[in-house]
Amino acid sequence: MKFSENWLREFVDPNLTTEELAEQLTMAGLEVEGVSPVAAEFSGVVIGDILEVSPHPDADKLVVCKVSSGNETHQVVCGAPNARAGIKVPFALVGATLDDRKLKKAKLRGVESFGMLCSERELGISDSHEGLMELPLDAPVGENVREYLQLDDSVFDLDLTPNRSDCLGLTGLARETGLINSLDVRYPDILPVKPTIDDIFPVELEAASACPRFVGRVIRNVDVNAQTPLWMQEKLRRSDIRSIDPVVDVTNFVMLELNHPMHAYDLEKLNDRILVRQSVKGERVMLLDGSEVELDADTVLITDGSGPIGLGGVMGGLSTAVTKESKHIFLECAFFSPTSVAGRARSYAMNTEAAHRFERGVDWQGQTNAMERATALLIEIAGGQAGPVVDTVLDDQLPGSHQVMLRQDRIKRLLGIEIPDADVDNMLSRLGFTHAPEEFDGQKGWLVTAPSHRFDIEIEADLIEEISRVYGYNNLPVRTPVSSLSMAAIPEGELTLARIRDQLVARGYQEAITYSFVDPALQAELDPESEPVSLANPLSADMSVMRTTLWTGLLKSLIYNLNRQQDRIRLFETGLRFHQQPNQPTLELENITQEKMLAGVVCGDRFAENWADKSQAIDFYDIKGDLESIFTLTGDPESFEFAPSRHSALQKGQSAEILRDGRIVGSLGLLDPRIQKKLDIRPQVFLFELKMSELIAKPISASLALSRYPEVRRDIAVIVDQAVTAANIRVCVESAADDTLQNLKLFDVYQGKGIDTNRKSLALGLTFQHPSRTLTDEEINNSMDKIVASLEAELGASLRN
Amino acid sequence: MSDLAAMQRTALDAVAAATDVMALDTVRVRYLGKKGELTGLLKRLGKLPAEERPAAGAEINTVKSALQQAISEKREALEQADLEARSNVDALDVTLPGRNAETGGLHPVTIVLQRIEHFFRGVGYDVVEGPEIEDDYHNFEALNLPEHHPARAMHDTFYFNPNLLLRTHTSPVQVRVMETREPPFRILCPGRVYRVDQPDPSHLPMFHQVEGLLIDHESSFADLKGTIVEFLRVFFEKEDLQVRFRPTYFPFTEPSAEVDVQCVHCDGNGCRVCSNTGWIEVMGSGMVHPKVLQYSGIDPEKFSGFAFGMGCDRLAMLRYGVDDLRHYLDNDLRFLRQFS
Repeated sequence: MKFSENWLREFVDPNLTTEELAEQLTMAGLEVEGVSPVAAEFSGVVIGDILEVSPHPDADKLVVCKVSSGNETHQVVCGAPNARAGIKVPFALVGATLDDRKLKKAKLRGVESFGMLCSERELGISDSHEGLMELPLDAPVGENVREYLQLDDSVFDLDLTPNRSDCLGLTGLARETGLINSLDVRYPDILPVKPTIDDIFPVELEAASACPRFVGRVIRNVDVNAQTPLWMQEKLRRSDIRSIDPVVDVTNFVMLELNHPMHAYDLEKLNDRILVRQSVKGERVMLLDGSEVELDADTVLITDGSGPIGLGGVMGGLSTAVTKESKHIFLECAFFSPTSVAGRARSYAMNTEAAHRFERGVDWQGQTNAMERATALLIEIAGGQAGPVVDTVLDDQLPGSHQVMLRQDRIKRLLGIEIPDADVDNMLSRLGFTHAPEEFDGQKGWLVTAPSHRFDIEIEADLIEEISRVYGYNNLPVRTPVSSLSMAAIPEGELTLARIRDQLVARGYQEAITYSFVDPALQAELDPESEPVSLANPLSADMSVMRTTLWTGLLKSLIYNLNRQQDRIRLFETGLRFHQQPNQPTLELENITQEKMLAGVVCGDRFAENWADKSQAIDFYDIKGDLESIFTLTGDPESFEFAPSRHSALQKGQSAEILRDGRIVGSLGLLDPRIQKKLDIRPQVFLFELKMSELIAKPISASLALSRYPEVRRDIAVIVDQAVTAANIRVCVESAADDTLQNLKLFDVYQGKGIDTNRKSLALGLTFQHPSRTLTDEEINNSMDKIVASLEAELGASLRN
Repeated sequence: MSDLAAMQRTALDAVAAATDVMALDTVRVRYLGKKGELTGLLKRLGKLPAEERPAAGAEINTVKSALQQAISEKREALEQADLEARSNVDALDVTLPGRNAETGGLHPVTIVLQRIEHFFRGVGYDVVEGPEIEDDYHNFEALNLPEHHPARAMHDTFYFNPNLLLRTHTSPVQVRVMETREPPFRILCPGRVYRVDQPDPSHLPMFHQVEGLLIDHESSFADLKGTIVEFLRVFFEKEDLQVRFRPTYFPFTEPSAEVDVQCVHCDGNGCRVCSNTGWIEVMGSGMVHPKVLQYSGIDPEKFSGFAFGMGCDRLAMLRYGVDDLRHYLDNDLRFLRQFS
């Protein structure tokens, strides 16, 4: 909300600079977002009267004006299209300072010019530069423009929180300013305007709880074409409201001043009576701004004999609007309850000053007062005869005043400070809250009633907040919480995410964070089997579905980096992926799986370019090694196994499913070359994704006795079919050997010359050791024989010589 | 025995003249070898009369040991010189980079998040996470934000359907904890949150929040202030960092406060970062609203508590001087590598 500082100071004028006042309001919880001067710094500009305009002898677009500054006449050359005799304009005299420059007399195309006629932009009032700023015709010639327009003023831009609707009007703000500064507020004198005619217009309230009060008044013979006085226009303008005609201007003015939205109807266009009721779904209403709205069922409607003529508390209708031809009007100042207006404007994609106020709550008692204020102003400006004020009210439906208890002990418990009773008394009084001492179950306190403009005060905590605000948050004590020194549990049986992250970082990975909502097209390439959860209101089509795999975002980041000449990329991310369980009739929280994953993308050389190593492309086993290093952190790497898999995003034969004790952990592999090509990615890309929940379990380490006897190593090479895996061999050897086999290493894999094309040679290193004695050659030979026999029998292996 | 003296001189000259270990060894063999000249003299001692033998023997032995010492010293010198010469040839360029030194790094938001977690774990907070797709009840209603509440406009929300949404804050995690745990407790809820905002230098539709909640028999606004002031001072590592509390409104706390810190860029003197105010808004906080406690089955007459919440992305921005929030989600390696 924007308002003129001077306007506020008309009601209460604390001895503070503009900056101090802004800071004070901010610290009271009424955040001032910005302060800007209403005009630029300038001096020497007076009201000029253009007496005569004649063409410039040497320029088509310039004219030569004779301008009066009161006691003198000056020749001024001017290029504005609206320069004409008879208008009053801001006139910068020779010697004036504008835009930090002193104005000198000048010669324009050979004609001397003494001074300058100004547009709004030249005075820093607005961006308007289409022509000269035209002042009212009764503006006193020669008077200083700064004083005449009261330009030594600032506009405050206030960002009010939804609970402080009482400050959406200047008098409310003044009340608050007075409270902070302990100053009395000079509220406007509002005297009832005596009715001079008897005319009324009937009003009936059917939507009782939504609109329990409707104050109406007929005013006849209004001159809609009268000129709104400059002071009112200027106040409105400083609140970003354009002057339209006296009727609209007065209703807007009263809204800004007293925080009561009003509406004016053309009396002659109203039929029968006004009925305020709930809408029926599908009804339509044509609004003031020319838009037609189709209504839902729960909207408050203003209707008359012709049907809907306005959205209650939001906007009036076009059919009964006041126009230049209107003569008799009917003014409305009603109370619409917050719940009846809340969200309605937004649901019809509208945002009006009225709805903004009603949905936050306006004073339910001030309507008659506002009506009197509007009547007096309107008659003063545009003449007319007022009928009686008719207050149609359903008392039992009005919000009423809450009585709220406030306990001394509660203040102390919540604020951590004992505030003397007298101080609390004083603060409540300054807040305008009626209160009396009272005991509640033996606890001393007060029974407090908030005034009707403080809609937000409902419970004790609301009062304690007010007390703390008036006391000053920064005057309240600071204390470090005290509690018993219990130690936090650190479960050793769990591997932490932080440790896993550190491991990947140590192995050269950068952590990434990518959006949880992704491009459905890209994701469908990677994970065609899953139906993603879709957003109803995405920012854009490529951010419209939740990720079912972290690969979607990571690949996008990989491409981003490749496009920036980064060709060695190792990225990982942790976060949730989202799946909906298939075949559910409706989307419910219960049937969405939100799983924490650890995923990565890798491309580029094995080593960063360096002097010692030749460039080598990464392969499957590089990434597998990275993952195995994580599995080792669990203390139980044997529980993990890699099995060949068929993943739709990964290339067959270069991808694996990862299992832990038979449960699926995730997958690893080479991005399918077809997808790679489609995404226009040049290098090969490896991907992995693991379920965090399967990485956590970590057995507590247990130490075993070390043998003091020598270990013996035997190496053999066996030739097996291509299809025989390293895991097959390990299982076979381990089951054939006895406990003395301490270690089995696979140290070479060979295919090629000397080996059948469908066979391969594997070199195994076996280490034997006994815990309590030295093994004999014979014992080791026996073990080796058994192992070889088993390899031959079970895997068709033959020893290589 | 002038012959002996002459032999000693010749031999010592030969030792001195030797330029390598081989030449030195030739000298040694010539004089001290089995058939060496000095060895020969000693062998011939027996031919001397018995009374002359001891003196002659002593003389020869003196020469012998002098020669031995000279050879030994020369050998050491030659070997030393040899080693010196060889190590000059084998010398490494120690300024060449070592192998495999490259490491990666954590995302700056994670770094900030982990720091915050550390501080609060240290004073007994448990870290709790929760779902990011939430229902309307946990994200809004249980936090005293009923349908059509104007404050919902402060949370531009991504919806899946009228009841399901992307959480707009991590407060629903707190609700879930309050529903299930018996107070007193203190928890910290970090995580991703979402608001409908087009990405620009100071807005992202997805960002990271850390919210804290403490519920106890006696906890007050003074405890809240103490906790926050201390946290901000350790976070920014500035003992005398100025912190101020401004009244504001959140439906789920009362009293509610915005927390400003003295601008960490200009020490409060006013700069571009703080829009010349000297202050930067860093978090929201307040005493948990009695209705929120009631919603989760906690008796506000017996317990009170405070909550606070901050944006990690913004804190990382302040801490590391990041000028555009969008960098966080671009994952440009050149950006990410700046943080260690």
